[in-house]
Order: sequence, then structure tokens, then C-alpha cells
Amino acid sequence: MTTAVLELLELRKSYGIGTPVEVEVLHGLDLRLEPGEFAALIGPSGSGKTTLLNLLGLLDRPTSGDLLLLGQPTRELDDDARTALRGRRMGFVFQFHHLLPAFTATENVLMPVMAASGRPSPAAIREAESLLDAVGLADHRHKKPAELSGGQQQRVAIARALMPNPALLLADEPTGNLDTHTADEVFELFRRFNRERGLTVLVVTHDPRLAERCDREIKLVDGRIVSDERRVGRQR
Amino acid sequence: MWFEWTLAVRLLREGRAQTLLIIAGIAVGVSVIVFLTALISGLQASIIDRTLGTQAHIRISAPDDVARPLREADDSALSSRIEQRAQRLRSVEQWPLLVEELDRFDEVTAVSPIVSGPALARRGAANRSVALVGMEPERYTRIVPVDREMKTGEFRVVGRDILIGTILAQDLGASVGERIRLETGGGRSDVFTVAGIFELGVRDLDQRIVYMGMKPAQALLDLPGGATGVDLRVREIFDAEAVAQRIQRRLGTKAESWMVTNSNLLDAIAAQSMSTNLIKIFVAISAAFGIASVLAVSVVQRSREIGILRAMGTRRPQVLRVFLLQGAIVGLIGAAIGSLMAGGLIGFWQAMGLARSGRGAFDLMVTPELFIGATLLAAVIGMLAAVAPARRAARLDPVEAMRAT
Repeated sequence: MTTAVLELLELRKSYGIGTPVEVEVLHGLDLRLEPGEFAALIGPSGSGKTTLLNLLGLLDRPTSGDLLLLGQPTRELDDDARTALRGRRMGFVFQFHHLLPAFTATENVLMPVMAASGRPSPAAIREAESLLDAVGLADHRHKKPAELSGGQQQRVAIARALMPNPALLLADEPTGNLDTHTADEVFELFRRFNRERGLTVLVVTHDPRLAERCDREIKLVDGRIVSDERRVGRQR
Repeated sequence: MWFEWTLAVRLLREGRAQTLLIIAGIAVGVSVIVFLTALISGLQASIIDRTLGTQAHIRISAPDDVARPLREADDSALSSRIEQRAQRLRSVEQWPLLVEELDRFDEVTAVSPIVSGPALARRGAANRSVALVGMEPERYTRIVPVDREMKTGEFRVVGRDILIGTILAQDLGASVGERIRLETGGGRSDVFTVAGIFELGVRDLDQRIVYMGMKPAQALLDLPGGATGVDLRVREIFDAEAVAQRIQRRLGTKAESWMVTNSNLLDAIAAQSMSTNLIKIFVAISAAFGIASVLAVSVVQRSREIGILRAMGTRRPQVLRVFLLQGAIVGLIGAAIGSLMAGGLIGFWQAMGLARSGRGAFDLMVTPELFIGATLLAAVIGMLAAVAPARRAARLDPVEAMRAT
């Protein structure tokens, strides 16, 4: 059995611990994501999607249970180690592009590299530029986010997410803010990187249209996984 | 640090209005501090300079006469009362040897033996009490440059030539070339010729001092071959007291520094320094609060970006450093601009001759250390002021931060 990219073991999360309003949001989730999978996590609002995504992104800590990233337990890691792991192993794409307005497209793509090791090497800069080429922004490298359209900003964000050559790409409503046509383009980019680079992708969305086009659909309702189906025959 | 530096600079450039606001605040604070320091230290230097221009840094004199009881006080029931002795004019023992010895002191730059005592000056119906000062011109002029303060006549104290101050000359109605009779206690008296009239600018001196050679002064005061004191000048004026004490220990004579005889002046200067320091501290504190509050606002405004940075793998200490650096950078730039402003203000002040005290203008004291010190201070204050906002930025939870859209 290969090492899972992501593995959840009895993962629980409560808020307001020790107060009268303590609520358990996630009730012990078990899940494996294999390398190269293209999965969607769907669920209505209030189902615990965002909470789970924060845990998956190592942005928050579970109350109990553990989360294994490439076989490595993460519960006991301190903030620095989690940050480093997040920077090296994971790429994020958010609903809102979350680019830094003070930096150009290329610099935004380089951000994870710069945060980890300072001044980027020429090789890193070339890599960033080729990623921008790959998302179709060859002519917009030196523009600041404010000079780009919504779709272009989201593509910069995707290039940035791919910059550290992550094992896992987490996308939170990546197309929620885009018109249908642009949304399709962005989705196709995920598809392409999944196909070409074997990148594992987890898209969190409440858009059933988007979820349908993924290879696997995991449904979260009230903090529990209620269904998890692989669509055979649609792969590759 | 490259990453932190780049981020800090970009964030500052991005928030142009805030950055300029902080820099302006620091610049004003620094210029006030620099200007105030230059003004006050210039004023104090000028006051001290003027005070010391007419007196010795250290004066060595004969020890006071003390009454020595023949019986040591013991526990026997004996009532005793020790009468203070009247102080007579005495010569410093072995003063020529002492002068030689003092010439060898490293810190001492000038040594001048003097013979001084009270006398009465008479001319016609006018008489005034004066202080005779007998001295060796070459030595004495290095203590008090009387030769450079001559109003009329010339600086000459040979034989029966004497020098008097402008006010005394007026009181006696005497001008250069005229004769004055000087009388001392014990009925000694002689007639002298006014060779020159000086003006030291200190009323008391111009009214009372009569300069003459050592010999006639010794004769008038009945101290043949004696000297009542030795005046000294030292290299560092504020070391005077320490040097005086060392002389007292080494040579066993009574040595008094200007710092003791002018303790009122020193107290006034110390009080003045303290009040200006207080002003400087409060200016620095208010500048620091200004920086802190603007940076705190900037942290709130930038929480989303901080969240993104954290999600991109930026560690907490890095975020902390980014904001500390911002404080330091605006501190440095503000200080540079503030120094230029202060420089301009100082130049203007000097050019307009606004820096006056009592008698005429004085120079503002401008040293490179002042600017360097103010700049470093501003950078440190900027950084300290950034500590609270920076810690707040570093503590930001990325999830919370990004939700704050």
C-alpha cells in the first residue's frame, strides 16, 4: 500500500472548549487521499467544510485525532514546523485570490520560496515565470494584482500554489468568485496539472456542477462524511 | 533578512500616506530634540566659557589658620570653647617648588602664582576699596587673557605700572598715565601709574581688580617673596574638581576648583539640563506613541495580507521582524529628515543672530555625535514603538486574518 498524500484518523474539532457553548463541529472523520487523486469535498454551508479545510491546511489544530501528511503525523508539531510543512508540501487556492497587492505577479508566485529561503535564485525565478506561462499569463508577469482581471488573479494564485511543487493542492471555492466561462478555464488548469504532474487536488465547493467533474466526491453533512464515491471511467 | 526587508519596504511604500505621516512625526520630534540640544548646550558652553574666562579653573591657597587646642578633649569634666582665629594673609609655603611641581601635571595647562589682598585706592577726594593682584604677566595671561581685554593704554605691569578696570577708572576719574595711591593695612602705601584700562565684562572685576607686578604687590601686602595663591587652568574643565582633589592629596595644599566656587552656576546648569532632558524624553515618548498607533492601524488594515503571508509559509518571527523593521526604517528616514530640518533651523538661528544671552551672541553647539545619536535614538524608538503592533501581527491567526476581507 502506497503512502497516502493525506490521511485523517478519527479527526475531531470542537469550538468553545470549556465553555457552556462547547460545540463539536467535526465528529471523527476518517479519510485517505491517494497520490494523483482529483477529489471534491462538498457539503451545505454549516456542514464543517471550512473547519475541515483549515485543519487540512494545518492552519488550525484538531481537538483530537490526527492528520497525516505524506505519512507524517502533524498534531504534535509546533507552529514553525507546521508553517514550514505548509509552505513546502501544500498549495492553496482560495475563493478570493489573496495576492499581495504590493508585489508583481512573478513576486507573488515566488512568495512561498522567498518566505522559506529569502532572495529567490535565478532558477526559482525561471520556474515562477514558466508557471505563469503555463497558466497563460506570460505577458502579465510584471503587473500588480490590481492591474489584473479576477480570472487572471486566480490564475496567478494557482501558479503560486504550484510554486513549491506541492504534494497536495487545496482549493477553497476556487471558482466561486468567477463567471462560468472563466471558472471553466480555471478548473481546466487544475485538471491539467493533475494530469501532467500527478498533483493531488482537493477542491472544496458547494457547487455540484464543479464537484461532478471531479474523480471523487466526498460529501460532508453535519460534521460527518455521509458519502464518498469514486467515479470510475472518468479518470484520465 | 532579505525577505523581511523586502516586505517591510514594500509595505511602507504601499501605505504611502501612513508612512509619510509617521516619518513627518519623527522628523519633527528629532528636529526639536536636535535643535533644543544644540541651543541649550551652546548656551551652557557659552555661560561656562564666560565664567571661566575671568577666573582660574583651580586656585591653590594657603591652608586656613586653625586654632589648635593644647589640651585634647577627653572625658574629664572640662568646659572649653575654641575661638576661631582671625585669618591673616599668608603665603603658600614653598610656592616656587609648588609651581615647578604643578607644571609637570599632565592635566594642568597653565600655572600662575599670584599675590592678592585688599587695598584702598585713592585719587584726589575719591577712594575705593580694591583687590590687588600681583602676577607674572606671561603666566597670568594664560589663565585670564587680560592682555586681550585692554580698552585703552597697554598691557604692562613692570615697576610702578598698574592696570585697572573700566569701572574703577570711572569711579576714580583716572585715565591712562595718571597716578593713583594704593594703601594697605599697616600703613603701607605707594603711588602707581595707570598703564592701561581693561574691561573683562564682569562688573565686580572691572570695579575692584588692580593688576600689578609680583614685587610691588608683595611689598604692599607685607609678604616679601610670598604668593597668596597659585591659579591653574586644566585641560578638561569638568575634570577640574577631580584634578583639584588629586593635587590636594599629592601636594598637601588647599586646592579649590571652579566647580566648588561656582556651585550655584553648576546647579543652575544641571537644573536646566534636566528640564531640557525631560522635554526631550516627552517628545520622544509622544513620537513613539504616534508610530505605535499608526503601525497598529496598519496591522489591522493588513491583517488579510498577513494571513496570506502566513498561509504561504511565513513564520511568526518573520512577521514580527517585518513590522519591527518598518519601525526602524521610518525611524531612520524620519531622523535623517529631522536632522536636516534641525540643521537648517540652526543655520537660520545663527544667521539671524537669534542665539543671545546676556552679553552678545553665542554659537549653537552642533556636533556630529548629536545627529548620530538622534538618528540611532529614533531608529531604536521606532523599533520599540513597533513591538506591540508587530507582536499583534505575529499572533494573528491566518484563518481569522484571511476571513477579515
